[in-house]
Amino acid sequence: MRNAVCQALMTLFAHQHFVFLTGDLGFQALEPLRALMGERFINAGVAEQNMISVAAGLAQQGMMTWVYSIAPFCYARPFEQIRNDVCLHRFPVKLVGNGGGYGYGAMGPSHHAIEDYGALLTLPGMQAWIPMFATDVLPAVLQMAAVNTPAYLRLGRCECPNHYTPPPFAPWRHLLSGGGLPVVVTGPLVGSLLATCLTMDVAVRPDIWGVTLLPVTAPTIPQALLAQIGQQRRLCVVEEHVLHGGVGHMLAHTLLTSGIAVDTFHHAYARGYPSATYGSQQFHRRESGLDTPALLQLMGISP
Amino acid sequence: MERSPLEFEPGAFADLHQRAARRLLNMHYHSRIGHIGGNLSCLQTMLLLHHHIMEKDDVFVLSKGHAIGALYITLWTLGEIDDAALTTFHADGTRLAGHPVAQWHPRIPVATGSLGHGLPMAIGMTLAKKLRCEPGRIFCLTSDGEWQEGSNWEALIFANHHQLERLTILVDQNGWQGFGSTSEVASMANLAPRLAAFGPRVTTVNGHDPQAMLQEISLPPQDNPGPRILMLETIKGYGISFMENRLDSHYLPLDQAGWKQAMRELASREAS
Repeated sequence: MRNAVCQALMTLFAHQHFVFLTGDLGFQALEPLRALMGERFINAGVAEQNMISVAAGLAQQGMMTWVYSIAPFCYARPFEQIRNDVCLHRFPVKLVGNGGGYGYGAMGPSHHAIEDYGALLTLPGMQAWIPMFATDVLPAVLQMAAVNTPAYLRLGRCECPNHYTPPPFAPWRHLLSGGGLPVVVTGPLVGSLLATCLTMDVAVRPDIWGVTLLPVTAPTIPQALLAQIGQQRRLCVVEEHVLHGGVGHMLAHTLLTSGIAVDTFHHAYARGYPSATYGSQQFHRRESGLDTPALLQLMGISP
Repeated sequence: MERSPLEFEPGAFADLHQRAARRLLNMHYHSRIGHIGGNLSCLQTMLLLHHHIMEKDDVFVLSKGHAIGALYITLWTLGEIDDAALTTFHADGTRLAGHPVAQWHPRIPVATGSLGHGLPMAIGMTLAKKLRCEPGRIFCLTSDGEWQEGSNWEALIFANHHQLERLTILVDQNGWQGFGSTSEVASMANLAPRLAAFGPRVTTVNGHDPQAMLQEISLPPQDNPGPRILMLETIKGYGISFMENRLDSHYLPLDQAGWKQAMRELASREAS
């Protein structure tokens, strides 16, 4: 999705106050943006704390400020700067983190971001956009540019199956009809699940929904999904994020406070590094039960 | 700032400083709040900047947020905060918190208090003015102990690289920090050459000599297109004998006896 975000950001160039900062990252992805923006494309170097505070200062002066880095360096290293300098001021600084979840695979856990939106959404005013497909990136960027709040964009690798056309971008989308249990998925890993489920009998496959805008709040959840949950009294949530602060927590809280109870609540989430060994994104998903066979098993479906 | 800077006159400035110091000590005493020493060390600097240096488009960023009392008092001397507001200092429901909070007063552009944040935000403001070719200078006041924060050094690299010549960094070098002297805690005695090694032009001036500070700040940029740094040699607890150069003036509030003595010292100085 790096190329998609580069193209999307280039559409903002006409905005007279647009300024972009990168923490020395974007090789073989952001060069077109750099060429277009000139002095307003700023490589802030390997100094993420400074980069975020500078972004806050730029925003204080009215600049439309976007910041880019690998996801953990974007939110974890400068967390206090995001908290104090961006969010306490409600400055509309936009954070772009590449490689959400286990996206950087065998680069190791320093490069993973499995607690990013949970941590960021504890901060005042923060919203998070989690594109599921590369085609989501442009509308997500345009929405982020339009809101006057801090925002975080979590990028991953598009896994959209061939011959599948996602529905138009929206905070919630019905991605696949099925007679099985309702499933809510966040992030690009939905692509692998869709690829398998598309080959299954409609009567048994799960009914898949995607959520791209966080936090989850009651008014944003589609009535059709709520009705389905109320009828089946069961739900599965899938996300490449740790348990705490994740979509599972948010959704469970929202349902309970809305008076909707379920008898069965499955939650597949990032479990960290249970074997203390490391590998590809797929390896870490398997270790967390986030690979498609494990998810189908969790849902009680034989592939 | 809507008004133009006033002509500097030493006697009038001394009177202003005395009045401000008295009001500062009264505010801290009646609120039973400490952090007095680090306010007194930079009170003259803030008064000088706001009364005699800063112009309409200039911005002041207080990175040593624990000296916010001196900034509230400076704004009081300008008639921009009234006595009623000062009585709410640290009280429930106040906007005059113990460290600056955001977006309630135009002269307090950013909230600080966690050290090492004000300078990089000031740099962002300076960069915005540069990118948009807008007028105005940025003055950022840091403490000396604050230079133990890595973010400040990140910021200095950035500011120098981008040649932000409209940024002036003032370092209140009173030699004390939270739990000891800066020399004891982190060997900060040679801070000026360390800062100069990063590229900016660094000069040292007596931070209790307003005329010398005014002269230095008013100098046009000379041999260096980047930011400049003024090391202000100051005394923690300046002007109150029993508070000067003492660690406990960093935290402790005045008791009644101390407050009375401080008032007597200020009165005798005014009389002389």
